[in-house]
Amino acid sequence: MKESKKLKKFGSLLVASSLLAGVLAGCGNGGDSGSGGGSSSSGGGSSSDGDTIKIGANLELSGNVASYGSSIGLGAELAVKEINDNGGIDGKKIELIKVDNKSENAEATAAAMKLITQDNVVAMLAPATSGNTVATVQIANDNKIPIVTGSGTAPNITVNEDDGTVNEYAFRTCFIDPFQGIVAANFASNELDVKNVAIFADNASDYAKGLAKSFKETITANGGNIVAEEAYVAKDADFRTQLTSIKSKNPDFIFIPGYYEEVGLIVKQARELGIDVPLMGADGWDSPTLVELAGAEALNNTYITNHYSAEDPEQKIQDFVKAFKEANGDKAPDAFNALGYDSIYYIADAIKRAGSTDGEAIKDALADTKDLSLVTGTFSVDEDHNPIKTATVLEFKDGKQVFNSKVNP
Amino acid sequence: MKKSKVFWGYAVLALVIYAVVQVLISTGAIDIYYKNMLITMCINIMLAVSLHIVIGVTGQFSIGHAGFLAVGAYISAIITTKLMLPFPLAILLGALAAAGAGLIVGIPTLRLKGDYLAIATLGFAEIIRIIFLNTDYVGGAAGMQVKYLSNWTYAFVGVVLTILVISNFTNSRHGRACISIREDEIAADAMGINTTYYKVVAFVIGSFFAGLAGAIFAHNFYIIQPTTFGFLKSFDILIYVVLGGLGSLSGSVIAAIFLTVVSTYLANFPETRMIIYSLVLIIVMLYRPTGLMGTKEITDLFKFGKKGGTK
Repeated sequence: MKESKKLKKFGSLLVASSLLAGVLAGCGNGGDSGSGGGSSSSGGGSSSDGDTIKIGANLELSGNVASYGSSIGLGAELAVKEINDNGGIDGKKIELIKVDNKSENAEATAAAMKLITQDNVVAMLAPATSGNTVATVQIANDNKIPIVTGSGTAPNITVNEDDGTVNEYAFRTCFIDPFQGIVAANFASNELDVKNVAIFADNASDYAKGLAKSFKETITANGGNIVAEEAYVAKDADFRTQLTSIKSKNPDFIFIPGYYEEVGLIVKQARELGIDVPLMGADGWDSPTLVELAGAEALNNTYITNHYSAEDPEQKIQDFVKAFKEANGDKAPDAFNALGYDSIYYIADAIKRAGSTDGEAIKDALADTKDLSLVTGTFSVDEDHNPIKTATVLEFKDGKQVFNSKVNP
Repeated sequence: MKKSKVFWGYAVLALVIYAVVQVLISTGAIDIYYKNMLITMCINIMLAVSLHIVIGVTGQFSIGHAGFLAVGAYISAIITTKLMLPFPLAILLGALAAAGAGLIVGIPTLRLKGDYLAIATLGFAEIIRIIFLNTDYVGGAAGMQVKYLSNWTYAFVGVVLTILVISNFTNSRHGRACISIREDEIAADAMGINTTYYKVVAFVIGSFFAGLAGAIFAHNFYIIQPTTFGFLKSFDILIYVVLGGLGSLSGSVIAAIFLTVVSTYLANFPETRMIIYSLVLIIVMLYRPTGLMGTKEITDLFKFGKKGGTK
């Protein structure tokens, strides 16, 4: 009986013990990183007046979309190395501090807070995906530290959905989703001269839905007809039902916004069913895995819009490709590498023009960027903090992405 | 009389801890990064304890806990962001909605046992996630932007409430009925315990507090997306409970704190993060196969000390 009475106490004791442990853990870590920060600042000085400029990189280095974040990181590292080899920004070297956000929103929030409060960065590369970036926008605004996402294409990163105001400290290097849909639609009606089109979109992805919507609007405005609209869900493996239904409507062209994992199978199954019309997608197709899944032959007569092409003959791009191959064992840079690389140059250019590492000054300089020539195109920033830049259309020939044309906004 | 004295002792201790942290936060000694870590810790404790009542106390192997977290998160976010109602109301309704979902899920599935129950709960959690994924009102796949309304007070009160209710439930007549189901369901049935009823009760209470955690989660991380509440999230919570020791409330609390700290600290080592995290789990399970605390509570340790002293 005494035993059972005693057992009853444990609940309240737990409250106390757990909280105590939590507090101790919090304080312990605070002390650790405080001393860590101290030692690093004694070496390099604080970010604003020492000889290094700290730029954070809050990236998906593990988890679902680790390949995107890692690619951005590789590109960013190359850019930092080049800038430092050329004397840094006004004599100050850039220090890139990478933090993993596990491809999770909550971790992205924590990583942004860590970079701002523990590492005292002056600007941040935001995560590669839109959702994770949105999780850091408010922190950037509150702490007046600008963030630049390399590949977060959702409109609501830079513009608040509810009241339409611009998020002052959020920027991006890539174009937004609707733009790719417009480019694809214009390419289809002007270059391929198609009238009856079908759309086959990933219903689980906001990216695909956004592209499908803007494609539909533009193609209709161009005088085309939507003859079929079908949907799939990410992780599906059999698309024959929808493809057969699309085939029965006899489209001249099928737009398939989505990610390479499903698209590879879709392209393969479409060709097996005898659908030989041109297929088109966007930057979500850009992966070597696509060719493995679909097969080189099935991919003939397919097009994608993308941020850039390693095949583009322009001098600046070829220089970048060469430097990247040297640094990464002859691996050709993909669009994420290029966007990560450009994001660092975009930030560095702004810091240079701002002439200071104050967040507010950098933010203003980022917003004022005009005709900055980068690997993924020359761009200016519009009032919504979106870059106005060219998109590249690529064609698959025998499993290789071949540069087709550049489309201006 | 002694019992109530002890209770108030701990209540005062909890208050003191709350006040100390609150003062440190308001003076800026704990910056936003550590404040965020403490709130994350509180959320994880709530999740761990709310799953503990289902798995640890009642012995029902549920791996769909993230589904209830999602219900709490989305319902509370709708109430504050779309309907513009106050946050405390949102927390309450989010938790109640999760409890409702728990009831709906629990009544049919808790007739199943073991592996079958696990798969059924996993399925239901996925259904909940897919419903949110396909509801444009809450943003579909892009997710829903949520106002930042949580703070240390809400998180702390949430943890205290969760632990208080669940520990008292465990020690009540109903709790003992649940434990008897865990130990031997057939025997419990034979003794006249309505096993399905008690399983559903435990499940609904667990869902309620998971929803409570969800409400604070949603208002702490600026955006909620269906992908956040996938089955990997359920496994994260399951890991807290198993690592802490099945059947030990304090164990799940300690594991939640421990793993939050480990995970936060490892963010500095992106290349090796998941390897080290996994190694920590493997090593703990190798050396403490029954979890950090086994089935003991942290209070048991003090008791043994006392016994030794009187001898």
